[in-house]
Amino acid sequence: MLPDSMPLADGAAPRARRRHLLDLGGWSRTEVSALFDTSDVMAQVMQRTIKKVPALQGFTVGTLFFEDSTRTRLSFERAARAQSADVIGFAAGGSSLSKGESLKDTLLTIDAMQADLYVVRHHAAGAAHQIARWTDALVVNAGDGRRAHPTQALLDAYTFRQHFPDFDGFEGKRLSIVGDVEHSRVARSNIALWTLLGAEVALCGPRTLLPAPLGERPGLTLTHRVEEALEGAHAVMALRLQTERMAKGLLPSLAEYRQRYQVTTERMRLAHPDALVMHPGPMNRDVELEGVLADSPRSVIEQQVANGVPVRMAVLYTLLVGSR
Amino acid sequence: MPTGPYSRSDGDAFVRSSASLPHGAEAPIPRTVLRRAHLLDARGDHGVHDLWLSGGRIEALDAGGEAEVELDANGLLVTPAFIDPHVHLRTPGQEEKEDLASGLAAAAAGGYGTVVSMANTDPVVDDPAIVSDLCERSARLGLARLRPAAALSLGLRGERLSDYAALRAAGAVMVTDDGVPVVDSHLQRRACEYAFELGLVVQTHSEDPSLRADGVMHEGRVSQALGLPGNPAEAEAIMVFRDCEIAQLTGARVHIAHVSSERGLRVVEWFKEQGVNVTCEVTPHHLTLTDTVWERFDPVFKVAPPLRTARDVAALKDALRRGLVDCIGSDHAPHTRAEKDRDLLAAPFGLPNIEVAFALLYTELVLGGEITLTTLLDLVQGGPARVMGWPEPTLEPGAPADIVLLDLDSERPVDPATFLSKARFSPWEGSVLRGWPAATLVAGRIAFSRPSEGPG
Repeated sequence: MLPDSMPLADGAAPRARRRHLLDLGGWSRTEVSALFDTSDVMAQVMQRTIKKVPALQGFTVGTLFFEDSTRTRLSFERAARAQSADVIGFAAGGSSLSKGESLKDTLLTIDAMQADLYVVRHHAAGAAHQIARWTDALVVNAGDGRRAHPTQALLDAYTFRQHFPDFDGFEGKRLSIVGDVEHSRVARSNIALWTLLGAEVALCGPRTLLPAPLGERPGLTLTHRVEEALEGAHAVMALRLQTERMAKGLLPSLAEYRQRYQVTTERMRLAHPDALVMHPGPMNRDVELEGVLADSPRSVIEQQVANGVPVRMAVLYTLLVGSR
Repeated sequence: MPTGPYSRSDGDAFVRSSASLPHGAEAPIPRTVLRRAHLLDARGDHGVHDLWLSGGRIEALDAGGEAEVELDANGLLVTPAFIDPHVHLRTPGQEEKEDLASGLAAAAAGGYGTVVSMANTDPVVDDPAIVSDLCERSARLGLARLRPAAALSLGLRGERLSDYAALRAAGAVMVTDDGVPVVDSHLQRRACEYAFELGLVVQTHSEDPSLRADGVMHEGRVSQALGLPGNPAEAEAIMVFRDCEIAQLTGARVHIAHVSSERGLRVVEWFKEQGVNVTCEVTPHHLTLTDTVWERFDPVFKVAPPLRTARDVAALKDALRRGLVDCIGSDHAPHTRAEKDRDLLAAPFGLPNIEVAFALLYTELVLGGEITLTTLLDLVQGGPARVMGWPEPTLEPGAPADIVLLDLDSERPVDPATFLSKARFSPWEGSVLRGWPAATLVAGRIAFSRPSEGPG
């Protein structure tokens, strides 16, 4: 028996989803398309000599990183400052602020600074949702545990669209995600976004890193053979393999992982001729992805990083000013 | 003491006598009459009578004579107070979560006359002096009775047995490392053998810690979608199997705490069919909530073992109907609000529920058509008594005057702000329930009376 007054993440969040970007649940194709169009405008801004517009002047963006992440934090800060927002940064992960204090107490302390929007990274799934309950500010999830990293998925799909520019082109396309899907928030958000956009997503990895219940949704296929996953793929995303996985008994050895699952030039022959090679970073070169392939013209890894700024500019702008 | 629908022939005397005296039979306990009480116990429905209590025991029906305290039950259901074989009172050492006064008041508010407290405190209840202290301090409170469990192993470390004979002599009724599964099967065996000869119940928290790993919720479709570390039902089933085998090997009185999964239940059933002397309990939350509540990202739902699937909940309810489950154990596990305001990985396991347990189960299971009131009452009266080896609670003359007055009709939302427990939050906040205890008497004295209830 659950009281009606307590909103479910899926059910209740109509109101929450209007305001925050906690995950991609509830987004429509039209909304994603509009966000990508805004991202195009932002990308033009970033090509100007003076890379700054006054769009978010007067707004304060707080970056709230309970888990270290230089790349994502820099990308968000750049996106905020390029639109003239003030940025205050809290590296809560290493500060005394979070030690022995509840997440709520930490948030309330920071919330006294009165930011308009928080960019939250946390090692525990659901932290961004909890914070959104406790603050009147907007919340953008910059990664919560293994659960979601919506702006990464948005910039991945945006990058794909630049190469397959017809937006409806996601229909009938195939994204292959190879590697440690189990522990990957990037994978979970990309699964949500690409299936929403009409693409087929193939997940591939050893069974220990690719649990069967993940595949129980439409638009998804699940395989333990990398050749099968890459067959006809339009984009291949290799996921970072954390070396501590071996210690936990999830993998026998790095060598065996390379041999069975590394995305290589040779294996990419099975994919679509124009297929993109993607990686959310940070990359273990020559572990999950062959180094020469990462440096090849097929690789859009640097472009993914570059697109992080305009896509996050569009997210901040849309949440703070525009309506989705 | 709040006043309710009860009139007292000598209010001042009542207040004086109830303020500070222990439950002990030697203490002067007012002769009390409960007018217009609809009496129901395991022997059946006895209709509406005046129930006379004296000396902390039930005297007779319709006895007549002088009453020092007169209460009007006003047709409410009057039945033996409940027994909970599984609560955490956090005393000694964690009184910021709960103390004896708040926990035993909460128990009485839930209709419980007797609770068994777990030993995972700080310090651990592995010392006879702590057991004696708990017994003495709780008796002075005039709330629910406390029968402490002692630690199965010293310091809950799972290495050496605690001093069972001395602990039992001090008042311990059970040994358990609840909260910490006993990994060492040899130790579990020796604990069972030793406890058996002393007549102590061995209660087990049956989860395989290595398979449970860092899981914070049930492993399955929902945990995968939410990206939270899962704890598979098999971790429970494996350990239930081991604990039942050791029960079979030793003949000990083994009680499996908080069975949460269909797979765990099946193992218990298999051993019961073979006549192994094993009992099991289920909790109110495992009977009413599923793992999908994690979609709210609220640490209040974080419990061990975890909330399972709808299929498991259905299996638990079915097991209640089939008599496979011996009793309800609340596993009332209070924490501070601040602890539950941590993130989902860091927040502690456990939720408070003893004040809402009966109303919740009455509303969901009895009014929901899943089980009868008789079955539910047995699960909180005779069931736990049989598990503990205690006399079956009845309203017979001579039985302890541990009584609950149940208001089965009034609807009332769960309002954690009114909890007597220190843990003033609830998964069921706002749920409108029926079947609330209106008052609880322990040893013939009012341990709880709901404020502003009834005609007044």
